[in-house]
Amino acid sequence: MPVERYEGIHLGTTPEEIEADVERGVLLTTMDRAVGWARKQSMWPATFGLACCAIEMMATGAGQYDLARWGMELFRASPRQADLMIVSGRVSQKMAPVLRRIYDQMPEPKWVISMGVCASAGGMFTNYAIVQGVDTIVPVDVYVPGCPPKPEMLMHGILTLQKKVRSEEPFR
Amino acid sequence: MTPQQMAAAVARRYPDVLVARDEVTVVVDREALVEALAWLRNEPALAMDFLSCITATHWPGCDPALWIDYELRSIPLQHRMRVKVGCGEGDAAVPSVTSLFATANWLERETYDFYGVVFEGHPNLTRILLPVDWDGHPLRKDEPLGGVPTWYHGTRVPPIDERGMA
Amino acid sequence: MSAGAGHRGQGAAFDAAGDIAGGFRDPATGDYRQETMIINMGPQHPSTHGVLRLLLELDGETVIRCTPIIGYLHTGIEKNTEYRTWIQGITYVTRADYVAPFFNELAYCLGVERLLGIDVPERARLIRVLVCELNRITSHLVGLATTGLEMGAVSVMLYGLREREIIMEIFESLTGLRMNHAYIRIGGVVMDLPDDGPRKIRDLLDVLPARIDEYETLLNDNPIWRERNEGVAVLSAERCLELGVTGPVLRAAGLAADLRKDMPYCGYETFDFDVPTRTEGDAYARYRVRIDEMRESLKIVEQALDRLMRTSGPVMIEDPKVGWQARLSVGPDGIGNDPEYLAHIMEESMEALIHHFKMVTQGVAVPAGEVYSTVEAPRGELGMYLVSDGGHRPYRVKIRDPSFVNLQALPDVIEGYLVADIIAAVSSLDPVMGGVDR
Repeated sequence: MPVERYEGIHLGTTPEEIEADVERGVLLTTMDRAVGWARKQSMWPATFGLACCAIEMMATGAGQYDLARWGMELFRASPRQADLMIVSGRVSQKMAPVLRRIYDQMPEPKWVISMGVCASAGGMFTNYAIVQGVDTIVPVDVYVPGCPPKPEMLMHGILTLQKKVRSEEPFR
Repeated sequence: MTPQQMAAAVARRYPDVLVARDEVTVVVDREALVEALAWLRNEPALAMDFLSCITATHWPGCDPALWIDYELRSIPLQHRMRVKVGCGEGDAAVPSVTSLFATANWLERETYDFYGVVFEGHPNLTRILLPVDWDGHPLRKDEPLGGVPTWYHGTRVPPIDERGMA
Repeated sequence: MSAGAGHRGQGAAFDAAGDIAGGFRDPATGDYRQETMIINMGPQHPSTHGVLRLLLELDGETVIRCTPIIGYLHTGIEKNTEYRTWIQGITYVTRADYVAPFFNELAYCLGVERLLGIDVPERARLIRVLVCELNRITSHLVGLATTGLEMGAVSVMLYGLREREIIMEIFESLTGLRMNHAYIRIGGVVMDLPDDGPRKIRDLLDVLPARIDEYETLLNDNPIWRERNEGVAVLSAERCLELGVTGPVLRAAGLAADLRKDMPYCGYETFDFDVPTRTEGDAYARYRVRIDEMRESLKIVEQALDRLMRTSGPVMIEDPKVGWQARLSVGPDGIGNDPEYLAHIMEESMEALIHHFKMVTQGVAVPAGEVYSTVEAPRGELGMYLVSDGGHRPYRVKIRDPSFVNLQALPDVIEGYLVADIIAAVSSLDPVMGGVDR
């Protein structure tokens, strides 16, 4: 059983000790760690695929680069059932109020990954039609650059978010 | 038919015909537009029964300034032709061809959205790609590109159309 | 059953006469009120194939009227190209229809080459055909996968994307990117095939036919698939032509109209392939046409690969103003910083530096004129209307995207059918909203 080690946060010292704890039937941890661990393990993304990055997001969820490894293959259509919004693609001025509305409908705790340069900063489309960075509308937790980012890059972004969630205060 | 044969067939009726790069371009007045497209479709030697594309180009400083372009294609005879209509910026109105080609509906709406060309007789001439309450017609040459200045390596880089590069 | 006041004060569930739906009766006549519902579907919806918004007027489950509202992905690509050079325009145009990016590039480059009056080398033409047909396969796979996902057949989604990954790896080794490649450039293609490219493509040709057979086994006679797709979204050939619909939708309606055969480009007349058609014109026919088209594309890929093995030569024309990008070798960091070239322009020759500067910032000056160049994209006729004023920047780039025109058929294929058929109808038209909204 792998031991997760992050800076200043660890769940027991050695695999043998953890096994011993589990056999005894008792595991001691802090509330923060437990809640953080549970939250990161089963984040449900909301379907917010807009453009080219959406195709790469679908590819990340498919068989070869599997998001189900982290419990994320279940993209929820209803924002009320989702806690992660991966803004994948260019956000046009017409779509911006819709994006904000979906974000507002998501219950706390919620996180946003801005996937691709178009969502992060407007990308190559520095023009009248595209919102120059989705962080002007919603607060973003992780920015994943790329045009489009390879599935591995998106996975790295997701794992970075998981690290952040793990070490967050659970009740902000 | 070869472009030259097509040009000859059209020139008898609409003399402003040009053949360049193997493409035939016919320029008609806007009053004659619907009749011209109907004639091109019904003429058995030409049979331009498919409308591929409607678009416009803005040439500020030219007269007329707005040129609306109709790309026609013949499915049975496998050739193409272009029909162009000019109109001024101030009175940018052209008769709609939705009565002839159902596909013109959205194409004309897009041209209206981008250039402000009013297609008379269109069943529903509203904006299609931009938000309904958008101000202006962005693809005209006097409209700016938009975009925001960005910080890059300690300097402010203006949007592309203000950068002053040749 | 209490009469009069409601249960727990929540309003009368039953009216005084004990009728359960009393509240829905018109008090004057006593008949049930018949009203239609106006429902909004999208733009954020798992099954609308992208950011498409449908305003539906429903009478129960039947759609009476449907108004598609598009523009939620409008990117301003066409205006942006007017401020960049002709070569930079490729990177913009390729992101219009992002599922089939090679076709956008090909249409654009064919148009610019016609304006310039140049011909590309034979090897470049063959590579263009090769990657475009591979892209057709990936595009149909994405269409099939998303159709399956939207109808609830999630395994079709996983299978489709599995096949697509094989081809994505080929694209990555060929072009460096999985999507939006900017590989087909004015004057040819930017890089020749890598050493292991042909082997990878041959492996694909060995594997894919059996996988397409798998799809057919799974779906062709699947009662649920047939039930949901047969007889749904019927569009006759005449109505298709009136609406300007081309591509598999038109071919499924009976008309064998394919620009690769009718107005060939890029040497397609020298390849041996068929144009599959069906007659029913419904969603099932379109699915069958796409499957058959994938097989035909495999045939073309095999022929192109064989001919590439026998052809040698450059993949870009000689003119340095156009072809300088192909002359750079890929540096040790893999991103094209060619140390010899850098040494030449920075240290050896001032004129070379000035030349390089002008070539990169201005690129090629295209003679004045206009062209309309078309290719047969996976969704239909993709056209680029290019206008040049003789300068270094495009004056007007208009992308005639097949999805934009095909989507006009949506009211025709949805009205009169049930709500669940909307999904089948939209996915059978296979729109890509990037192309629709540009």
